[in-house]
Amino acid sequence: MRGWFSKGELFGYLSLAVLLLLIFPFALDPFRLSLISKYLCFGLVGVGLVLAWGYGGILSLGQGIFFGAGGYLMAMFLKLEASGKELPDFMVWSSTEVLPWWWEPYRSFFVTIISVLVIPALSAWVLSYLVFKKRVGGVYFAIVTQALALTLTVLLVGQQGYTGGANGITDFRSVMGWDITSDESKRVLYFIHVVLLFVVMGIGAFIIKSRLGKILIAIRDREDRVRFSGYDTAMFKAFAFTVGALFASLGGAMYSLQVGLITPTLVGAVASIEMIIYVAVGGRLSIPGAVYGALVVGFAKSMFSENFPTLWLFFFGGLFIFVVVFMPNGLAGVLDRFSAKKRSARETRLDVVAEAVPERTKA
Amino acid sequence: MSFDIAVMQIFNGISLFTILVLMALGLAIVFGLMGVINMAHGELMALGAYVTYMVAHFFERHLPSLMGVYILFAILFAFLVTFAFGWALERGFIRFLYKRPLDTLLATWGLSLVLQQAYRSIFGAQEVSVPMTKWLTGAWDMTEGIQIPLNRLFIVGLTVLVSYGVYFLLFKTRWGLRIRAVTQNRAMSGAAGINTNRVDAMTFALGSGLAGIAGAVFTMIGSTNPLTGQLYIVDSFIVVVFGGVASLLGTFVSGFVIAQAQTTLEFLLSGSMAKVAILLLVIVMLYFRPNGLFAARVRQ
Repeated sequence: MRGWFSKGELFGYLSLAVLLLLIFPFALDPFRLSLISKYLCFGLVGVGLVLAWGYGGILSLGQGIFFGAGGYLMAMFLKLEASGKELPDFMVWSSTEVLPWWWEPYRSFFVTIISVLVIPALSAWVLSYLVFKKRVGGVYFAIVTQALALTLTVLLVGQQGYTGGANGITDFRSVMGWDITSDESKRVLYFIHVVLLFVVMGIGAFIIKSRLGKILIAIRDREDRVRFSGYDTAMFKAFAFTVGALFASLGGAMYSLQVGLITPTLVGAVASIEMIIYVAVGGRLSIPGAVYGALVVGFAKSMFSENFPTLWLFFFGGLFIFVVVFMPNGLAGVLDRFSAKKRSARETRLDVVAEAVPERTKA
Repeated sequence: MSFDIAVMQIFNGISLFTILVLMALGLAIVFGLMGVINMAHGELMALGAYVTYMVAHFFERHLPSLMGVYILFAILFAFLVTFAFGWALERGFIRFLYKRPLDTLLATWGLSLVLQQAYRSIFGAQEVSVPMTKWLTGAWDMTEGIQIPLNRLFIVGLTVLVSYGVYFLLFKTRWGLRIRAVTQNRAMSGAAGINTNRVDAMTFALGSGLAGIAGAVFTMIGSTNPLTGQLYIVDSFIVVVFGGVASLLGTFVSGFVIAQAQTTLEFLLSGSMAKVAILLLVIVMLYFRPNGLFAARVRQ
């Protein structure tokens, strides 16, 4: 393991494994455990954002699009199975009479899984490659993705007969006959989720440590120099963004499965920025940091909104300003500063990074 | 579509246009000239609206005889308060983030959350509205079937005036000269004796003040709640980006195009589909002209 991970990272992964596999499932009651699985869905999104934003330098304010895509695709399957031969209830309420043809394939679990893996990733790749090829990046990309998130929300709310409108899709029962509503099956799902999370974290770490990861860092810090060296930088950035989208889609699918509903609010601009916050707090350059960020902020959100609902936004907004201004590398960055003194790519100073950005956007 | 309806439709578009342009002008200054993405711009607009609301109440209670002209004082006051607030913001934390544009976006979004909650705590979650000034109620009957509300006419006039004012300030005064100089070459301007920190603060404050005016104008056509700012922020960003970031004329024109397209499509399609169509059109347009309609040709 030495040489692969720094001490801080190793500590991050190990402590997370102990916490998620040994402590939480045995110390928490089913309700709290289900909350943890909800936060971990955003942890999945976070791992993708570390790749795309932390290492690729691509700020996406539309990660909710892919989270929502995964979530809705999974929800379509679950809803069809819960409704059996009948039309899904929300379609009946908004007087849609036949099942739309594009709902039909989602009777199959296999097709659903493939769709969750392929559709969001493919659309992310097409969108981002076209945009990056045009050398549109930085701020513009952020605003375009935000506009897309907004568009999708409006569309989901507007097309009530096909999407369940503002209420989204809910009331699921089983996956291929296996009841998913009992405490016991939720526990099983939790373990499946944690394993999936570690697989995803492993993939993310592998990408970052590989030569590909080094090129991503180089592109983030000085894109034109990498381009002059003969790399197709648009392709690399699109790749990072696509992986981010794929992980977000997985997070969304797990969300539908475990929380039991998906709504347009999880797709919108606000939800998308919240996903960024999780990563910013945890540390945009640290994969375990992003998962910790999702856990800590998610937990703080539940705590505050239960006990002091009015203080929540003050706290959340204030935390965000503080983290962005004073700890650009999040909690993981603070830990790193205490533990390791070695400078590596992980600790690349972000102000150097950002200097490259305005040139690119104005070009 | 008959002629009357067409005229009314265009006028509806113009009302949306005024708000968008006032918002977008402020954003264009802050974003285009300084490179700062201020996600709290919508909340600054809401601040202007709440200031107007307070001024209206003050006049109602203490100076009822002057109720006729309170709106003029309110606009001035909204501008001053948001101007001062913007100044404080710039000095308080924005200036630490100039080298990290994406981070300003995140930090100002945090600020927008704090402000929303502050409005909710102070003014309550429900909508507040201001009394309509007497001489602005009623409509101007241009012909049979075409009625143009006077307050909208007033808003249009005000928007034109403010836009001209911004143009004048930026291109005809020494102050504007300094702002433009700092935008083009910060180090050189500093060497030439311009206090660049001061210029930064002034520029940001001016952009904020414009949002305040937009807020004051907004009270005349709608009622304010803590989330009012959110309604316009994405749209105004799109207006700025669509028009070309460094171009005030571009902002003006794209505000007009987007507002007209929005109201026309809303008339033809349903509201939500109109929004979707506009956003997609803008995204496609940006793909072909990434720097917006009126890209300023400046040397990099």
